Amino acid sequence: MSDDHGRDDAAGNGLLHRRLFLKAGAAAAGLLCATARGETREPWMRAPGAGMSAAGAPSPHVTLERVGVSSRPGTTGSGVSRTPLEQLDGIITPSRLHFERHHSGIPDIDPARHRLVLSGLVDRPLAFSLDELWRYPQVSRIQFLECSGNSGAMIAPTPPSGSCGEIHGLVSASEWGGVPLGVLLEEAGLKPGARWVIADGADAAVMSRSVPLEKMLDDAIVALSQNGEPLRPGQGYPMRLFLPGWEGNMCVKWLRSLRVTDRPALTRDETSKYSDLGADGRATLFTFPMGVKSLLTSPSAGLTLGPRGVYQLSGIAWSGAGRIRRVEVSADGGRSWADAQLDAHVLPKCLTRFRAAWRWDGGPAVLLSRATDETGAVQPARAQVLAGRASNSFYHYNGIQAWAVDDRGQVSNVYV
Amino acid sequence: MNATSATRMNRRLPWTTALALLATAAGQAGESPGLGEPLAPDEVAALDFTVLPDGRGLPAGEGSVGEGARLYAARCLACHGEEGRGGINDELAGGAGSLAGPAPVKTVGSYWPSATTVFDYLRRAMPYEAPGSLTADDYYALTAYLLYLNGIVDADARLDARSLPAVRMPNRDNFDHGWPPDAAEGG
Repeated sequence: MSDDHGRDDAAGNGLLHRRLFLKAGAAAAGLLCATARGETREPWMRAPGAGMSAAGAPSPHVTLERVGVSSRPGTTGSGVSRTPLEQLDGIITPSRLHFERHHSGIPDIDPARHRLVLSGLVDRPLAFSLDELWRYPQVSRIQFLECSGNSGAMIAPTPPSGSCGEIHGLVSASEWGGVPLGVLLEEAGLKPGARWVIADGADAAVMSRSVPLEKMLDDAIVALSQNGEPLRPGQGYPMRLFLPGWEGNMCVKWLRSLRVTDRPALTRDETSKYSDLGADGRATLFTFPMGVKSLLTSPSAGLTLGPRGVYQLSGIAWSGAGRIRRVEVSADGGRSWADAQLDAHVLPKCLTRFRAAWRWDGGPAVLLSRATDETGAVQPARAQVLAGRASNSFYHYNGIQAWAVDDRGQVSNVYV
Repeated sequence: MNATSATRMNRRLPWTTALALLATAAGQAGESPGLGEPLAPDEVAALDFTVLPDGRGLPAGEGSVGEGARLYAARCLACHGEEGRGGINDELAGGAGSLAGPAPVKTVGSYWPSATTVFDYLRRAMPYEAPGSLTADDYYALTAYLLYLNGIVDADARLDARSLPAVRMPNRDNFDHGWPPDAAEGG
């Protein structure tokens, strides 16, 4: 590993200025002009291809499935499946690859029978059918959804093995469409003393969370669509709560009831599960926004680099507080940093794709990324995240991720 | 139009009333079609599973530790183990005093801030394979048994809508609130 920066280097151990990367790409494209004119046809160009299909399928050459699919002992429906982050590009997660966290399976809901009920501290308790909700004003939110337990394995004393998706794949991003909660609450009419809303799902666990009324009136929606189509059953069909930037568990799927109250219910999930235990034995409830975070997805653990030379580093960054302002990358374990380039779509409370060019010299490297959001919050080091926490307190982990590249090009998870 | 939908239409707010309400609403509410169907109190109650920490939402009924022990053996033991310990799923008992140590054990007794949460969660979600299949008396009894296993109520305790919210959980004063962001009061 060299600490000397070359003339074209932006930071140590081969991080390049963006202009060099673009120049290298242009040179490679030039080679395409060398073939003979109008003679070469591949086999699949010699007859018309397959016809149209009702349901588009991925290429048979692409194996792309959710990873880390597991369920709690004695159950089939209480578990997780994770997004294969290392196999995706851009910022939108294909709906079929969006992570899942269910507490008692996916209910098979008859949309004609399902109703959303608003009750409690309202002037008029109301029920809404799916068809009726489609007549309400709709908004679009292109935003991330992250389970509060995402990356929880990173609290272990030794770095967990597994791919980027297996460790960090409880985050996804979609275009969510639906009805602003404020519109429905206005119709029901809020009574004095209204402060919280208890959201229940129509799953077998009647999953339940208490949500501050301020959030409901700010940017919460009853989501009916994801990436342009009606919600899939695993994402809450026919409707779910979506709370931009807040922990995924609160975005109650199969939304059935919203009860307005003067206080939180202290449901099992918001007390015994999604709370943060400190090393001193005290715990904090209601830590809702997800912190600023980033990951390199390519390369990442389990992948192997090819020949030495220029690679494109790529990853995702996000913050529950708003837009990503900056992502820095390091190839020398944090001794020096260079600014990554952000893709064009820098949206509030959404995944932002970042990229940087890196020349691998064939030696060991430790690759990091560090995000800063528009409030100025900087992604913390792992040690900062864990300081003051109980040994098994794994929610809301947003530490800087380090991937080590060895001299054979193999990439693994390391702590720095 | 069938009888059900005719009833629903009749119960909707008159259009003029809806317009008047919407005139006070902010932003996009002005485009709202006002289609919410008013519900009668008994309809609301039937759909309301929430039990608040002060006991609001608890149903009539009662149950004892002894009845809870018998139900536990039949419906809960397979996943949660003898006396709420050592099962394949969540530990329900024990862990007292462990939270500030090197290996915290979070159970109903060592961690949960409110006794009402036990009833609320059992009635929503348990037994896992047949949630909601027990009576209110059964859920009071199971709640009593789990609290007994944690040394919180006596072996002869009976719980109902009045006594359950009065149960003081051992860890209840060890919680801070992250919301509102400037709050620091205990739970």
